[in-house]
Order: sequence, then C-alpha cells, then structure tokens
Amino acid sequence: MKNSRSEPLTLLDKIWNEHVVVQESDAPAVLYIDLHLVHEVTSPQAFTGLRERGIKVRRPKRTCATMDHSTPTVNINQPQSLDAMARVQLQQLRDNCAEHGIKLHELGCETHGIVHVIAPEMGLVTPGMTIVCGDSHTATHGAFGCLAFGIGTSEVEHVLASQCLLQNKPKSYEVRVEGELPIGVSAKDIILALIARIGTEGGTGHVFEYTGSTIRALNMEERMTICNMSIEAGARAGLIAPDETTYAYLKERPNAKQGAAWKEQLARWSTYHSDQDAVYDQHVFIDVTQLQPMVTYGTNPGMGIFINELIPQPLQETNFEKQQTLQKALKYMDLDPDSSIEGHPIDVVFLGSCTNSRISDLRKAAQLLRGQKIAKGVRLKPGEYAISTSNRNFEGRQGKGGRTFLASPLTAAASALSGKITDPRKLMGG
Amino acid sequence: METFTQITSQIIPLLVNNIDTDQIIPARYLKAIDKNSVAEGLFADWRYLPDGSPNPEFVLNNQLYTGAQILLAGNNFGSGSSREHAPWALTGCGIRCVISTGFADIFNNNALKNGLLPLTITETQFIQLLTKLQEDPFTKVTINLKDQTVLIDGEVEFSFEINAFAKKCLLSGIDQLDYILSFEEEIIQFEHQQV
Ligand code: SF4
Repeated sequence: MKNSRSEPLTLLDKIWNEHVVVQESDAPAVLYIDLHLVHEVTSPQAFTGLRERGIKVRRPKRTCATMDHSTPTVNINQPQSLDAMARVQLQQLRDNCAEHGIKLHELGCETHGIVHVIAPEMGLVTPGMTIVCGDSHTATHGAFGCLAFGIGTSEVEHVLASQCLLQNKPKSYEVRVEGELPIGVSAKDIILALIARIGTEGGTGHVFEYTGSTIRALNMEERMTICNMSIEAGARAGLIAPDETTYAYLKERPNAKQGAAWKEQLARWSTYHSDQDAVYDQHVFIDVTQLQPMVTYGTNPGMGIFINELIPQPLQETNFEKQQTLQKALKYMDLDPDSSIEGHPIDVVFLGSCTNSRISDLRKAAQLLRGQKIAKGVRLKPGEYAISTSNRNFEGRQGKGGRTFLASPLTAAASALSGKITDPRKLMGG
Repeated sequence: METFTQITSQIIPLLVNNIDTDQIIPARYLKAIDKNSVAEGLFADWRYLPDGSPNPEFVLNNQLYTGAQILLAGNNFGSGSSREHAPWALTGCGIRCVISTGFADIFNNNALKNGLLPLTITETQFIQLLTKLQEDPFTKVTINLKDQTVLIDGEVEFSFEINAFAKKCLLSGIDQLDYILSFEEEIIQFEHQQV
C-alpha cells in the first residue's frame, strides 16, 4: 500500500491522502476542497441548483468570486458596453455572492482580474491545498505545490454545497526538465515543447509533476505559465514542489503570516515534495539546452515547432487520421506544408491571458518593445493572423475565422516589431 | 439525472480528431444563465454558414440523421475548456452517447453528470464500426449499458469498459451530490481535524 509509512510517496499522493474524507470501495473518493474560485460563466446554473435543493453554500469563506470572462477588456468601468446577456450574467454573480456571503472581487476594484492571476497575487494559494474552479486553467495554481484543477458546473454545485468533490485518484506523471535555458527561450517554450512531444491527450488521466534543475531555476510566474498549460497536454493538473522561490513569493503577499506562525507554516510546507525514490506512473525528460523558441502552426497547442523549422508535410504522416487532422489544420490556418513559419506576416499581437499576462511577462516583452504600442483586447477579423501568448489556438478561439500562432511573450514582442513571426534571439544578440 | 439503460439509434459520424469544447460550443454561447438555451450553439461554427443559415454540408444538418442519438467522433473528444455547456448542448440536441477512442477528463466527468454516455472504444472497434457504417451509413446500433455491449441487428459487435461507479450512477440516475451529502458526518469530522 502506498499509504504505509515506509513507502516513498509522490507529492500527489501526499496532498491526495490529506484530503480524502471518505473512500468507499467501488466509488471515487470524497475529496475535501480547501479553496473554490468562482466566476460568472460556469457558476449561475450551480447556484440555481442549490436554490432548487434549498441549500446554502457550505463554506463561503473558502469560496472566492471574480468576474473575468464576460467582461469588457477595455473601459472596464463601462459595463454598459456589454450586451444584455453578459450584463445579466454579471448581475447574477453579484446576487448569488450577496445571497451566500461570498467575497466578490468586483469589476474595476483593485483586486479584480483574471481569476488565475489574482488568487496567487492575493496570497490565497499556499502549498498543499486542494483548489478547484469551473475553469480548466485552474491548473495554474499547481505552481505552488497545490492540487488545483478545473471542474464543470455540476461539480461547482457539489463544492458549493458540500466543500467536497467525488474524484478518482489521477495517475502521476513526472516531467523532468534539465539544463540551463538558452537566451531567448522561456517557460512558454518549455510547455509548448512538452505538448508538441506528448500530444494534446498525452497527459489524460494524469497529474504532471514538473521536476529538475530548469524548473527550480524558474520564478513563480514562469512556473505558473507552465502549470497553466498542463491541461493543454490533457493532464488534470500540474504540480511543482514548493521551495525557497515559492516561500519568498508568499512572504510578500498581503496578510502573510509573521514570526513563529510563519516558521510553523514553512515547516509544514516543506513536507510537500515527492520522496526520494517515489515511483511515478509515467515519465518524460526534456533537455532544454537544445530547445529553441516554439511557435504553433496548427489548431491545437500540440502542433508546435521550433521557430526555424518548416511546417510539416501531411503527406509524410503515415497514420491516416493524423494526416487528415493536419491537413484540416493547415487549411484553416492557410499555411503551406514545407514552408517556413518564421517570417509569416501577422496582423495582431496579443499579450495576455492567464498564461502570460503577469507583470514579468509584460516586462520581458517591454524590454524588447522599447516604447512601441501593443494591440490589446483585439478581436481577430476572419482570416487574420495573430501571434498570441495565450494557451489555445483552437479554430475560432480568438474570434470566428481568426488564426492564432501560440508563442512566448518574447517571440510575440519580437514579432510585434517586425509585423511577422520573428525569432527573438535575433534581437537579443543570442 | 436522466437514467441511461439502453438506446438504439443511427450513428452520426463526425470523424475529426481533437474536437475541443470551443468547437462543441463556441464561447459566445456561454452567456446563458440556464442550461436549456445552449443547444442552439452546438457546433455553431460548423453547423451554420456565415449568414446564419444551416450549412448543408455539415453532417448534423443531414435530414437522414434526424432523431439520431449517437455521435461517433475522432480521438480525444472534448479537450480544452471545462464548460459543462458542451454536454448540455449535446443532450439539448438529443445526443445521449458519444463514441470515441478517447475523451478529455473534464468532458468525461461533465458528460456522466448529465446522463450522456462517453463510450470509449479501442481503435480496432472504431474501425469495426466504421466498416459497418460504410456498408450501411444509416445502420442502427444498440448500446446496452447494463451488459456493456454494442449490438448491431441484435448481434453483439463488441463489449466496452466503463467505470463501475459511473455505470451505477447512469443506470439508476444516482445524483452525485446526494451521495456526497450522505457523508455529512464525515465531512464535519474532517473539518474539525483540519483546524
Ligand atoms: S484562457 Fe483566457 S478565458 Fe480562460 S481563464 Fe485564461 S484568460 Fe480566462
């Protein structure tokens, strides 16, 4: 049994074991949830469900709400610019929070923002927690050594009502990343390379734990970028064991504990790591010394290549289904096989989203941009090309018919300067 | 939740890999605050032409499939966002079962909570079904959850795997929240220990 004391445990085992309330045989575990993040799009039907059952939110203090999806990206204080349905949805969240005593980070208030950006900033996220949100990019918070994952609206209702979820234990998957990152290559390139390698379903049923010297050397924001996109490789969540970098970030949060209480907390946090010799269900190894800036050419995040590689030729794909998928993607993107992606013209540059909109991302880009203006919150016109620091390049993700290249903030910024896909290393003397 | 025991229907083939939830229901249809009004958004970017009229080339608009309850999709169905609007839109359009060689985790969970069976089959079984459909595109297939079998013309084609708890919930329409809340005592105890 993995529970016995002598058996080495993974980080996932430890957090999991601490949160199992009930485990009946032939049924998923009833898992306790420490923090529930709520937003306007995936919660209204859950609150309606509670009302129909006549129950209240069990732990309003463990619930935190913000509005971040059906909201304006410009003129945030003028919600009258929104359509009627979006306004109703926002009002619904206000009413639901008021009725159940849930703290709401209202449009335009100081703490308002994308749920996965603000929760860590406010210090709500600490090692060893279980965190859920009706949003697949909840995986972001795994950067702090939390088991954090996205759930559907029925599950939002379950957590509101019981502070628990029914879950089968996921399998563990070690993503070991070693080596010093070359100049011009960043966290975003690591995760795009992982997804290109194992595919968009490579992590299904698993929780990634990112280990290795490269991960240790990353700051918290870079770690969040990596964990954020774990879902793009199919994984439920991504985990990174806490270390000095994590503690230093947490120490600076509002309401961080002081003195003896802080030390006590640190002692507990430092137990959240995989034991030596812990056995993972799967492994992959990435050597970043060979890594180059990545760009996606297709319509899922797994369709990525080095910026100086050629767009793949579908005819070389032996698996018929994969060949068709690739053909369909290139048709949507209107790209030619065997042509180079570097130098492809772009219409819009998008620096943002929960993947790469943190201050360090913007700073990195700003260093390259030297005072130039960035297109922000732009909806693509059909057929236009965007280079984006976001996480998804699905058909129509940035507006119907829009075509998205995913890349790092550095690559996006370099491309903004020239209006075509540009290798940032050429501007950095790398 | 609506129970699922057995259905017999034609199969709508949508043989695209990695159909993500943005394709199943584009983000602009997520502003609804109820579950019922999302069905019109199902596969909207494929189902409608730019002027809003039905795209005659899209399989769901083929009259011959009217009333069909089974969708056969490519691998890794339902990846991407966690929106439960995806199963709501599918069931809202009468789909009770999606067959694929693989489902994204969150979609799988969401489907099961809405009486929608995500039926995972092997690659060989996938090809077997395709061959049958090539012979007769409108052949009727029976899915029997109790026996975990797929039948054509009353004959068992193959059997499939499903998690025992998920099966129990679908067969008897067990509500998962009721199940969790039956452990109220244990939850209180757990919260006490947690400080
Ligand atoms: S992907 Fe975009 S919509 Fe989804 S949580 Fe991140 S920022 Fe918000």
